[in-house]
Amino acid sequence: MQLTGKDICFRYKTKSPWILKDVSLSIESGERVGVVGPSGYGKSTLARILSGYEKPVSGEVKLDGKDLPGKGYCPVQLIYQHPELSVNPRLKMGDILHEAWTPDKELLDRMGIEKKWFTRWPTELSGGELQRFCIARVLAPQTRFLICDEITTMLDAITQAQIWHLLLEECEKRNLGMMIITHNKSLAERVCTRVIELPELNNVERADV
Amino acid sequence: MHKYHKKSRILNKRVALLITMIIAAVYLVGIFIWGCCIGEDSYAVNFGNKFLPPSAEHWFGTDNLGRDMFFRSIKGLSLSMVIGVISVAISSVIAIVMGILSAVFGGWVDKVVNWAVDLCMGLPHLVLLILISFMLGKGVFGITIAAAVTHWPSMTRMIRQEVLQVRNSQYVQAAYKMGRSRWQVAIKHIIPHILPVYFIGVTLLFPHCIMHESAVTFLGFGLPREMPAIGVILAEAMTHIVTGKWWLAVFPGIMLLIAVIFFDLIGEGLKNLLNPHTGNE
Repeated sequence: MQLTGKDICFRYKTKSPWILKDVSLSIESGERVGVVGPSGYGKSTLARILSGYEKPVSGEVKLDGKDLPGKGYCPVQLIYQHPELSVNPRLKMGDILHEAWTPDKELLDRMGIEKKWFTRWPTELSGGELQRFCIARVLAPQTRFLICDEITTMLDAITQAQIWHLLLEECEKRNLGMMIITHNKSLAERVCTRVIELPELNNVERADV
Repeated sequence: MHKYHKKSRILNKRVALLITMIIAAVYLVGIFIWGCCIGEDSYAVNFGNKFLPPSAEHWFGTDNLGRDMFFRSIKGLSLSMVIGVISVAISSVIAIVMGILSAVFGGWVDKVVNWAVDLCMGLPHLVLLILISFMLGKGVFGITIAAAVTHWPSMTRMIRQEVLQVRNSQYVQAAYKMGRSRWQVAIKHIIPHILPVYFIGVTLLFPHCIMHESAVTFLGFGLPREMPAIGVILAEAMTHIVTGKWWLAVFPGIMLLIAVIFFDLIGEGLKNLLNPHTGNE
C-alpha cells in the first residue's frame, strides 16, 4: 500500500502565512520514513494532515489512490507527542486501551503492558507507560500506516529504546508503513529506512532560511 | 466506565468529603421539607408574646407581632429554596443550551451568545435583579423570573469553555479516528466531561440565587411583607435591632448563612470528587 501526499499546502487562516507549500511525499508499506526539521517548520502539521486530522488548503492525501475514509477506523493512525493529553483522564486505562479493539495477551506482553495497570487512572502511570497504551490502542489489525509525531521526545533514553524496539518489531511483522517525525537526526538515521529534511521539501519562503 | 473499578480501596479523604456533603444535604433537604409542612398556625400573630427573647418555648424568640421566629425562619428559608430551585433550574437550562450552541456552532451564534453574556455581566447584578423583579410586579413570580434570567451568564461561559476544550482535545479527535461515531464519542467522552461541570455549576448557583432573592426582598423589591421570607425578616429586624432585639436578625441571618455555606460545601465537594485529578486520590 502507498500513502501519498501531493502538493499539500496549508495555513491556519486565510491571511496567515503558509506553513506548508507544495509538499509532496509518499510512503510505501514496510517503509520507515523519517521527517526531520527544526521546530516551527510544520512537521506536526504535516503529520496531522497525512493522518486526516486536518484538511490541507490545497493538495490531497491519498491511500492507494483513494481518499482517507471519513468514518470508521482510519487505516492511518497518529501517535501523539504527549500521551497524557491523548487519553481521557476520566477513563481507566483498560477502557482507554479498548477504545477501538481488544489486543491479545501476546501483544500486551511484548509491549510491556501489565494487566494490573488496567484498573488505574491515567494520572497514576508514567509517560512511558502511557505511551505504550497509546501505541497499543492504534495497532488494530486494520492499521496500515503509523504516523509517529515525536513520540519518544519526552522519555528517557532507556524507555525510548524499549518503545522503538517493540514498535519496529511490530511494524516489521505486519509490514506497516511509518512516518517518524523527530528533530533528533541520529534517532531518525537509526530507525528509518529513509530520512527527509522537511525544509528542503517545503517551498515556504522563510525570513530566516 | 466502571468495568475496571475496584471497590476495595476506599480512601479517607473521599469518605470525609462524602460525609460532609451528606450532612449538608440532609440539613438543606430537611429544612426544605420541614418548611413545606409548617402550617401558618406555627407562626401566627399573638400579641401576648411580643418581643420574647429566645427561650425553650420560642428558640429564636418572637417579633413585634408575637410570631415565633424559629418557624418563620424555617418557612422563609424553605421558600427561598423553592425560589432558588426554580430559578436555578431555568438558569441552568438557559446556560447549557446557550453554552453548547455557541461552542458547537461557533461563528455568529458564538458572537451573539458572548454579547449577551457580556451584556448581562456588565450590569450590576443587583440593579438588574431589582429592575426585572419590579417590572414583573414583584412577588414570588417577579423575583423568581428575575433570578432565573440573571444567573446564566457565568455558567454559559463555563459550559462553552468545557465543550470547546473537550471537542478539540486529542483524545476526542483520536476517538473519531479510531472509528467511534459522533454518538459514541458524545456518550463516552463529551457528556461525562460536561455533566460534572453542570452539576457543580448548579450547586454553586443555588447560594447565589438565594442570597440575591434575600437581598432584593430586603431592599423591598422582592417578596411581599406578609410572606415569611428571610429577606423580609431581616428587613423588619433592622427597625428593631437598635432597641436591643438582637435575636430577630442574628438567628435568621445565621440560618441563611449556614444554608449558603452548605450549598457551597456540596459544590466544592462535588468539584473535588468529580475532577479526575483530585477525585482519585
